[in-house]
Amino acid sequence: MLRYITSRLLQGLLVLFALYTITFFLVKAMPGDAFTGEKNIPEDIKHQMREQSGLNDPLFIQYLNYPKNILLHGDFNYSIKKRRPVADLIAQSFPASLILGLVALVFAIAISIPIGVISAVRKNTWVDYSGMAIAMIGICIPAFVVGPLLQIGIATRIPSLKIAGWDSPVDVLLPAITLGLATAAYLARLTRGGMLEILSQDYIRTAHAKGVPLPRLIIVHTLRGGLIPSVAFIGPAFAALISGSFIVESIFQIPGMGQHFVTAIFDRDEFLIIGLALFYGFLVVVMNLASDLMVGLLNPRVRIAEQS
Amino acid sequence: MSNEQNTANDEVVKGTSLGRDAWLRLRKNSIAMISSFFLILIIFLCFVFAWFCENPNTINLTNKFASPSAQHWFGTDQLGRDLFSRILYGGQISLLVGFVATAVSLIIGISYGAASGYAGPKTDAVMMRIVDILYAIPFLVLVIILKVVIANPIDIAAGWTVVNFGWNKELVMRSANILPLFIAIGALGWLTLARITRAQVISIKNQEYIEAAVSLGLSRRRILFRHIIPNTIGPAIVYASLTIPGFILYEAALSYLGMGVEAPNSSWGILIKEGANFLETQPSLLVIPGLVFSLTLFALNFLGDGLRDAFDVRTSKD
Repeated sequence: MLRYITSRLLQGLLVLFALYTITFFLVKAMPGDAFTGEKNIPEDIKHQMREQSGLNDPLFIQYLNYPKNILLHGDFNYSIKKRRPVADLIAQSFPASLILGLVALVFAIAISIPIGVISAVRKNTWVDYSGMAIAMIGICIPAFVVGPLLQIGIATRIPSLKIAGWDSPVDVLLPAITLGLATAAYLARLTRGGMLEILSQDYIRTAHAKGVPLPRLIIVHTLRGGLIPSVAFIGPAFAALISGSFIVESIFQIPGMGQHFVTAIFDRDEFLIIGLALFYGFLVVVMNLASDLMVGLLNPRVRIAEQS
Repeated sequence: MSNEQNTANDEVVKGTSLGRDAWLRLRKNSIAMISSFFLILIIFLCFVFAWFCENPNTINLTNKFASPSAQHWFGTDQLGRDLFSRILYGGQISLLVGFVATAVSLIIGISYGAASGYAGPKTDAVMMRIVDILYAIPFLVLVIILKVVIANPIDIAAGWTVVNFGWNKELVMRSANILPLFIAIGALGWLTLARITRAQVISIKNQEYIEAAVSLGLSRRRILFRHIIPNTIGPAIVYASLTIPGFILYEAALSYLGMGVEAPNSSWGILIKEGANFLETQPSLLVIPGLVFSLTLFALNFLGDGLRDAFDVRTSKD
């Protein structure tokens, strides 16, 4: 088990390095740099500032410097535009994104798993159709339509809910619903599919024939196998919920990581772009691993395949 | 290439009648059929009917926020522009994004997946690890960066065609403005398609007729392009139909963030973004484009689901 985790983490390092390489060269291929837009700074001072940030070094040296600084000094460099360490910026904005993503995920799981399970058990009835229609609505109505509608429809009517902002704990509710809706929809479809697959197996038919009552049949015999696709999806989805929420964050004005993603690209703030991309990649790697370990817990056959 | 596709079509229609079979199954799926009629209607409205509508950029400040009327079916926006024709013209871009980006991702995904599946196990492993790595990349961020990167050379090329071929400047510049976005989305959205194609190729390459082709001494390239790829295109296209709504959504999200298409081009994402600003004065500016957008995605998803069920394509992960 430990060996498996170590080898996966090493693979993850390789993924992060490849991710760094792609991001680095793409960022370098963008026209202009962080100082191009600064009209008020004289050219020779710009040159000096570039020198200070190491932007005048040969490309290959720059390419090696960034990972070197991380590995040797734990230094993620600093944001050229915001003049602050990238690590600080992420540490400051991450909590808001994390809380938002977490609540959104809990919301998504809480509504999607029951819908998926019931739809599968009552396959091809109106319950199933309406459940899946609701899921499709969740996929097809984008967050930037749901968000404003929730603001105008709910936040203006209930006094304790604000239209936007991030001060009290209830402020997380509307953005989390907006953010979690699409994930919930995918999860419901996945859960239904996974449950149907298990429900069609022989051992379920046998259990049914032996008179196992339906609730027990579902909870004890089916759920464990039927939830595997959903569990495999939750890991990467969580990583995406945490960091991919810049639309929701901008609608509800939440001081999360999303704002940095967008402004960093506009500003050509290269160290910040790379730092954020690496952080996101790290989350994806860890969440994927967590998902796969969970799937191993649920499905012994996967566990054996990993160990051999 | 056209020759090969002909053979593929002949096989589907005459040989196994797989296509006919699927069509019969699709026809029974009423939701998918309603969806396809709706899509035909939307496509007709956006690409044909739009030419007979008012210019969507005509500003009329004396008639701001007008309610729906005989002249302006959906009313007018904050600058007095006709919302109905803005939706139709915006729909052209949104739909084009879906189709063009899907075409780009089909080409890359099929070539990559076929190469990976047909190559030996080592090459295959390396190529699939690369796909795994690309999966870990924040998609929207990379699309934005890639779009910025390729916008420059495309602009230069566009200017060149205007100077040397005398092409219509406005049209070329408008296309040059949206093309980077199309390519960027398609160039990064092919990963799942590559996986599906690879799985198909692996299952096909062990069949007897391929063995026969090998023993007849056909070259590897000929076997791959004439005998394997034509048989993978069907499932790939069916799956690709499900990526269209996803790409349309990406474009809308990017436009919402101000990083998608730019004026004078417009898209549903931009209309929704602008509408959200006037939610209190005129909710219909958000609700109507949002509704058209969502219904179109609805139809595309249901049709894609229906096609997938009719052709029984499985999305395989390994």
